[in-house]
Amino acid sequence: MSERKIRVLVAKPGLDGHDRGAKVIAAALRDAGMEVIYTGLHQTPEKIAATALQEDVDVVALSILSGAHMTLFPRVLRLMTENGMDDVLLTGGGIIPSEDIEALQEQGVGQLFGPGTTTGEAVAYISRWFEESGRGVEA
Amino acid sequence: MNESALASLSPKQKGLIERFQSGQPLALSRVISHVENHRPGFESMLEALHGAVGRARRIGITGPPGAGKSTLTAALARWYRERDLTVGIIAVDPSSPFTGGALLGDRVRMDDLATEPGIFIRSMASRGSHGGLAASTRETADLLDAFGFDRILLETVGVGQSELEVASSTDSTLVVLVPESGDGIQAMKAGLMEVADLFAVNKADRPGADRLKREIEIVLALRSGKPGRPAAGHHGVDLSSLRAGREDPPQEERAGVADDAWEVPVIPCVASRSEGVEEVAETLEEHFRWLEASGRLADGRRAQAREHARLVLERAMGRQAMQAWESWLATEGADRELESRSPYAISRTVLSEVWPDAPTAEY
Ligand SMILES: Nc1nc2c(ncn2[C@@H]2O[C@H](COP(=O)(O)OP(=O)(O)OP(=O)(O)O)[C@@H](O)[C@H]2O)c(=O)[nH]1
Ligand SMILES: [Mg+2]
Repeated sequence: MSERKIRVLVAKPGLDGHDRGAKVIAAALRDAGMEVIYTGLHQTPEKIAATALQEDVDVVALSILSGAHMTLFPRVLRLMTENGMDDVLLTGGGIIPSEDIEALQEQGVGQLFGPGTTTGEAVAYISRWFEESGRGVEA
Repeated sequence: MNESALASLSPKQKGLIERFQSGQPLALSRVISHVENHRPGFESMLEALHGAVGRARRIGITGPPGAGKSTLTAALARWYRERDLTVGIIAVDPSSPFTGGALLGDRVRMDDLATEPGIFIRSMASRGSHGGLAASTRETADLLDAFGFDRILLETVGVGQSELEVASSTDSTLVVLVPESGDGIQAMKAGLMEVADLFAVNKADRPGADRLKREIEIVLALRSGKPGRPAAGHHGVDLSSLRAGREDPPQEERAGVADDAWEVPVIPCVASRSEGVEEVAETLEEHFRWLEASGRLADGRRAQAREHARLVLERAMGRQAMQAWESWLATEGADRELESRSPYAISRTVLSEVWPDAPTAEY
């Protein structure tokens, strides 16, 4: 039996028009041996939740630069829960003030990464979460 | 419904299969993962659902990188939805041979389908193991089929062996080529000519599409041994009247160079503007009707089942042999034997552990 691959959806919601950050993190996760589903710009929360469901990902990572993180994260989280995917990690990065990060984490969002973080930190966080979640060994 | 397979599942797995059967997309998604990762009980899950497999039409879509396969796949899926047909899509991208990771980007071109009811898209990484992809994509297609999708579209990049795997796991193979990929020569080298039931010359908004279409047609004519491509329309009329009058051609007629043979059409299209997609879709429907009427659908499905069973057997045998190999390697004296005996002699020793009556000279 081969080792189980971590599947991650990297999504770019919102209206801002460039996805460099999202592509950089997608490539870093792939280089760390993960299977990364990438969906392009302007993803709505509904699309993100539907994609996460069809792809049965372990992790959803959002890249948000538009400042709409306080609406987008909770929205995606709620839709995922409604879909029965409350065991999936929602994480992400962008320009998010620390008090907002705290508020979002209280609602059930995972760790969030600011502009100063390296891709290595995000990769390590996701690997560790996967390890601890026991998803790799479930029957 | 296979009761004994169902009985061997854990209560949790049984619940999952029940939710699958009641049509819950999350259950479909989780069963696919279970099977793809060979988690315990996956064989019984496939067996439990096997009775529901066989209704969908399976279409393989292959061609060089960037040809527009995903764009065309999405356009075809929209055409089916307009006709109230449901669509399951499997999009395969290569895994990195170095890290084992993969970037699965086909959904970018299928973006508007993400929330469309009646469409389910699953990205898969090739995971590079011998025949592993072939078995996994077949099994994912079986699950989409059992879930009730009318059409299953399987997108893979056509480089090397993968197009042969596509052709042997689907009813119809659509090969997508583009003018700038240069010559049809490349396609011929890659073995795409042999597997195509239908060519789409995509990006026909760019120069060179007519030339590419002619090149493909010339090669097809050479291969079929016919003097040349008949004038447009002539053979089409001829064939359809033949087909209409002959629901069930006798066996011996199918054996030789049957004159009801399928002539591979070459259709220009601009997938990004949905131009020509209608003709591609209608020709695929026509191909399927021809498969049914000529008896080749049953033959093809049998060949698919045979290949799938062969892959499973090969994998099972390989795994057993590798276990025996690892134990042999761990024995004292293995290193010495590796120096003094030939690889064939060693292989015989290992094989006799798995298969005591193994013939001694069969490699
Ligand atoms: N000009 C033109 N561009 C097209 C057409 N169809 C697709 N494209 C573009 O070609 C590029 C590749 O399209 P995809 O559909 O991703 O091609 P693909 O064959 O699925 O690519 P891979 O899966 O990466 O091998 C995209 O930028 C499309 O917008 C077309 O008919 N004309
Ligand atoms: Mg593609």
